[in-house]
Amino acid sequence: MSARNRELVALIPASLLVTAGFAGVFIQRSNVLSNVSLTYGAIFLGLCLGAHIVIRATLPHADPYLFPLVAALACFGIVMVYRIDSAEARRQAEWFVIGLILFAGTIVAFRDYRKLERYRYTIVVISLVILALPRVPGIGQYTNGAYLAIRVPGLGGFQPEEFAKIGLVIFLASYLRDTRQVLVTGGRRILGITIPPIKHFGPILVIWGVAMAIMVLLSDMGSSLMLYGGLLAMLYVATGRISFVVVGLAAFALGAWYLGTHITHVHARVEDWLHPFNPRLYSAGLGSFQIANGIFAQAAGGLFGTGFGQAVLIFPGTNYHLIPAPETDMIYAVIANELGLFGAVAVLVVYLLFIARGFKAAVISRDSFSTLLATGLSAIVAIQVFVIVGGVTRVIPLTGVTLPFISYGGSSIVANFVLLALLLLVSDRARRPYRR
Amino acid sequence: MTSQIVRLFTLIVALFALLVVFTTRWTVIDASKLDNNTLNRLTLVTQLRIKRGRILADDGTTVLARSVPAGGGTWRRVYPTDQLFAQPVGYSDALEGQAAGLEQSDGGDLRGLQTGLDSIFGQLTRTRTGDDVYTTLDPRGQRAAAQALGGQEGSVVALNPRTGAILVMYSNPSYNDNGRNPCGPRAPGSCFNRATQANYEPGSTFKVVTATAAIDSGLYTPDSVIDGRSPIMVSGVPLENDGNQNWGPQSLTTAMINSINTIFAQVAERVGRGTMTEYMKRFGFYSKPPLDYPPDAIRPSDVHSLLNGRPLPPASPDEDIGRIGIGQGGVSVTPLQMAMVAAAVANGGRLMTPHLTARVVNADGVTVKTVKPTVYSQVMKASTAAEVTQMMTKVVEEGTGTTVQFGGISIAGKTGTASRGAPGSGLTEPSFLAFAPANDPKVAIDVIVDQSHGGYGATVAGPIARAVLQTLLSEGK
Repeated sequence: MSARNRELVALIPASLLVTAGFAGVFIQRSNVLSNVSLTYGAIFLGLCLGAHIVIRATLPHADPYLFPLVAALACFGIVMVYRIDSAEARRQAEWFVIGLILFAGTIVAFRDYRKLERYRYTIVVISLVILALPRVPGIGQYTNGAYLAIRVPGLGGFQPEEFAKIGLVIFLASYLRDTRQVLVTGGRRILGITIPPIKHFGPILVIWGVAMAIMVLLSDMGSSLMLYGGLLAMLYVATGRISFVVVGLAAFALGAWYLGTHITHVHARVEDWLHPFNPRLYSAGLGSFQIANGIFAQAAGGLFGTGFGQAVLIFPGTNYHLIPAPETDMIYAVIANELGLFGAVAVLVVYLLFIARGFKAAVISRDSFSTLLATGLSAIVAIQVFVIVGGVTRVIPLTGVTLPFISYGGSSIVANFVLLALLLLVSDRARRPYRR
Repeated sequence: MTSQIVRLFTLIVALFALLVVFTTRWTVIDASKLDNNTLNRLTLVTQLRIKRGRILADDGTTVLARSVPAGGGTWRRVYPTDQLFAQPVGYSDALEGQAAGLEQSDGGDLRGLQTGLDSIFGQLTRTRTGDDVYTTLDPRGQRAAAQALGGQEGSVVALNPRTGAILVMYSNPSYNDNGRNPCGPRAPGSCFNRATQANYEPGSTFKVVTATAAIDSGLYTPDSVIDGRSPIMVSGVPLENDGNQNWGPQSLTTAMINSINTIFAQVAERVGRGTMTEYMKRFGFYSKPPLDYPPDAIRPSDVHSLLNGRPLPPASPDEDIGRIGIGQGGVSVTPLQMAMVAAAVANGGRLMTPHLTARVVNADGVTVKTVKPTVYSQVMKASTAAEVTQMMTKVVEEGTGTTVQFGGISIAGKTGTASRGAPGSGLTEPSFLAFAPANDPKVAIDVIVDQSHGGYGATVAGPIARAVLQTLLSEGK
């Protein structure tokens, strides 16, 4: 079977998922299976087929599983968002369409994605600038103690870090392709640690500084952790030096410790993480209310969950929201509540499969830029999932990043489809048969 | 770079495994602990979403409590009989986490038990419906008790001596269990259930206990003659008969018929502290009656120190056993306990465990639990019971209890009139203990009225007992 036919068959689970999911929500809502649920399933199947045809036409050799895995996540996401807020699900569906258009656009515009290398400094500057936008008075949005988004008239909130992460990965892939040899061999060894030449290491220090600055200026620990983690992952893969990672982590830990003890907002997040069930923190502003209720929601889920559409998000008969931001930050808690441990683990497994396919594309790529690009894109998805799921499950302090392809959010959906397009481009090039 | 990518992927798998571990921790390992966390409102929502079962009277049609939708898939309780059954039925307010009465003690049945399979597949059913609780309470008897009390503070408890089924449990003042926070400090009415919680002096109704101990121990027969002069010295203090009447030598039966204090005081002293205490324990004194009712709303009947009002240990040397024998000397009872005394005599000396719940029926109409009569204790020999019954029957036929007679039914009873307030205030606490029909007892009853201006057990409590007995017997109880 050809790669594209395998992709087509692999889309079946996603379409079944979206149909079964909507049916489940409808049964719960009205005890009647409405044909609207089947319509939703059909529309999403149509969109997925459209994307599949684009891939078939333009990237015939690309990995056949990347897109179906994303389709499964996105279809699952739209069901979850619909279940939480049907109006938001409609907007999410629109973003889904826009995301697929940009997905196709990226594939067509960057058939030879290596030309991105030419613009690497432009890309990194734009990325850093838009990262800072939420702090600009007048357009920045302040949410739950952090500057996460900017207001765009007619579009609502726009989260630049979702796009900046791709830009930074492109830059690093290109930069490390050029300098990775020098970073390893050109340095001097002091006390057994290779100190790379400052000229080449400088830009990486800049990224470290940016990650820290994001934390200080935007109070956005989640994005900071995500970008910095992506940086370290790529640095390690490019150089093979664990020492870089250790030093990098130590530097980050030092910074995080300083901020955690000196910045009120960050400190509060750490306190909430350590003592979510402390009644004083629970009822405090920026307190542990969200994380504690997320954990209560997970506890109510058990092994099998309470069922689609059964999670209690608003106290019955009141306007009292039990879980703040259930469709974005806390969506994993809602998943664990409704589908239980098995459902939540299934979602994590789908992410792991996606990441594995991304790494596979990196491994079989024939040039360093492609390898580093695919590695970085996959790693940053992995880290983003870890940051938000880890936050919701109290592995690390809770910070607001989206669960890729599942959470509600236009920026997230669109950016991640661009990310997918780049991964498919790399994969197609890597799997293309040699032509002599 | 391949080996680095493999190692990076290994790290990511390890990190995801950590996520799985923590998800498992919250969803499974710590789940029940988290469900019970006081901050967790989801548990409360779960409670509010349960359609609790109904509570019904013994006729199977009178609804004492039911659930009505309260929006958002939640339910709230309505009590159609309101004040009439508030004390035994109680109330349940899941939102405030409060409950009382049967709503509390039968809460598990009313919420419906969940099997392990239900908790896995339970989400398939939209509403979790609890079981219906059928009580032993008789609506007409309860209403008769409320009407007969007619606003006087007091309590009526009636039960079936053969089974221990409580037919009537009324305490006035009652409360409106449909109200918000009905037992709160500002709520009108009283959640204090006199039937199970009050601290009454039994007065002469206690002579039934003394007579039982005297005859069953073999020290006396109903025909034993004792000197009924008045006054006599009891524990160094003179004790008089009513009106200081000097009865001279009389049989124990005559002493019962005319409620002669000095004779029963002498009998109690001769029977002795140890034996008296033994019989009180057999009747159920000194322990909480094992009623299906919240234990914190049940008080054991016992003897209180006259010096400081605190409970005395059983058979304490500080007891004035002579006065205890006539229901004074610090004896402190609940109407439920005295109804159990009547029931034990009525049932041939065998005291049945009192109960309010008759059966539990699930939403499918299947009876999942039936409360079977169980023996609480063998208080006395059947022959003793027959002799005490004979004595009590004469109380109603020719003695202090003639006010209770009705319709040719033989009734066994005993009056009680304790004095209240300051000496010479003329305030009394009338009571009446009875069962009927005496030859085939169907109902045992105890009535206590808190306070009367000079009224007697026979004149104030007796008619109340008669009204309730009449109603219950006419129903064929």
